[in-house]
Amino acid sequence: MISSDAATRVRETFGLEPTREDGLLTVVLPVERWEELARFAKHELGCLYFNWLSAVDWKGEGFEVVCRLENLEAGLAVMMKARLGPGQSHCPTLTGLYRGADWMERECYDMFGIVFDGHPDLRRILLPQDWEGYPLRKDYAVDTPHAPYR
Amino acid sequence: MDVEARKIVEVGYGGNERLLMNMGPQHPSAHGVFRAILQLEGETVAAVDAVIGYLHRCHEKLGETLTYVQYPSIASKTDYVAAMTSELTYVAAVEKVGKVEVPKRAQYLRVLVAELQRVASHCLWLGTWCLDMGGALGGGATVFLYAMREREMILDLFEALTGARLLYGFHQVGGVRYDLPAGWAETCRQTIDFVAKRLDEYQAMLEGNAFFLVRTQGVGVISRELAQELGVSGPLIRGSGVNYDVRRAEPYSSYQDFEFRIPVEAAGDCYARYRVRMQEFRESIKIVRQVLDGLPEGPISSRPGVKSVGQVRVPKGEGYARVEGARGEVGCYLISDGSPKPYRMKWRGASFSNLAALPHILPGHKVADVVAIMGSVDPVFGEVDR
Repeated sequence: MISSDAATRVRETFGLEPTREDGLLTVVLPVERWEELARFAKHELGCLYFNWLSAVDWKGEGFEVVCRLENLEAGLAVMMKARLGPGQSHCPTLTGLYRGADWMERECYDMFGIVFDGHPDLRRILLPQDWEGYPLRKDYAVDTPHAPYR
Repeated sequence: MDVEARKIVEVGYGGNERLLMNMGPQHPSAHGVFRAILQLEGETVAAVDAVIGYLHRCHEKLGETLTYVQYPSIASKTDYVAAMTSELTYVAAVEKVGKVEVPKRAQYLRVLVAELQRVASHCLWLGTWCLDMGGALGGGATVFLYAMREREMILDLFEALTGARLLYGFHQVGGVRYDLPAGWAETCRQTIDFVAKRLDEYQAMLEGNAFFLVRTQGVGVISRELAQELGVSGPLIRGSGVNYDVRRAEPYSSYQDFEFRIPVEAAGDCYARYRVRMQEFRESIKIVRQVLDGLPEGPISSRPGVKSVGQVRVPKGEGYARVEGARGEVGCYLISDGSPKPYRMKWRGASFSNLAALPHILPGHKVADVVAIMGSVDPVFGEVDR
């Protein structure tokens, strides 16, 4: 599975136009098809390797969830990006497909407050459970005060 | 930890016969601060809740508030026992987004320090892991003290090169900051020859020890499928039969110029991971020799030295750069908005994904094996928690 074939298959199946750069395929998709594309990448494109998942806060335009999946044997990487929409913070979980999504989604929830619907154990992972706010949001100032002992 | 197991944790002493045992966060085998809430049936682990985050400094937020000039020295504090590779990851990402050229000599120097760093880091892993398994190795601290001695020799080399022993500030956008001092290459050759000779001794010491074999073979098996699903990398995934190494998969910094093998073992247990790392030692030493033999002349940086912290600017864009660190794929996803600071920086720590394997592989093992398995994963908590 080389990246041009993969791009063609994504285009035919999803009607999306991926951008291609060497072995990297970047697919911008609506969040409703998030899990569907991941399933396709895993089973059809052979992306068994779950590399990482994170998000970007585009301020007024809302969050964008980014996920990188790879087919190690073919040297193919699929970067999935989905905008959640202004004020929205819900995204489907990938834990049913990849066990690695568990911790990555928890980290993303911890840092951005994005709720991964269907995640079996969505709680904070790096910060204490009673932390207030989500540090990687752009409206969270670096010097936000917090009580040292709680 | 699966959902069923977690329910029991919440119930606590609800009449079940399981015992909850708290291991860490201050535990000598934790290699940092890591808390494992073990659910035990007798002495066997039934489920694990891994609690991390004690070293969390929110590097990703720091990355957004510090400029491209300031951050590399902070990047070295993610994986602080292999700081050369963490710095390299960040500058590689900046160079990728900014399309900055790096002179050949600088690329070779980067490979040189990255491979020496791998040897130093693996020395620390070997020593601490054997110390964890302690008594079984006849004398406990023996291998630890030997391995630390070798690591010190490499840190001496780094000190002569950069002035620092742990957090170097060696890499900068466009190249490296220091060239080799006079006589350094000769000392380096002597050091790696010495380390190579010693390695044979340690390998004989360990592999001829029946206790060592019993404690590592068949213990903590990560299947090929689990390794991929979790995004495990480095010696862990290669110990599980997947031939994946960033240096081969996406060569950076002229790695295509050097000849080396990627050791792969199929068993997926602690012993396989040990075997992979022992072979990696030697491959790294081979690469170091090749760099010293073929070091090209020329400038060590394509950019002039910076005079102010906001001097490096990167055009709008994004990119993901990755480097094969001592623990696996260290990656940096960078989004630039054209200002002297990144708009967003995502750090992919190899240890974070590697450690995520623990809740899947610990159940079924004895408490004593938890220590052996954790050591074989070789997590660095600065990189797990970032």
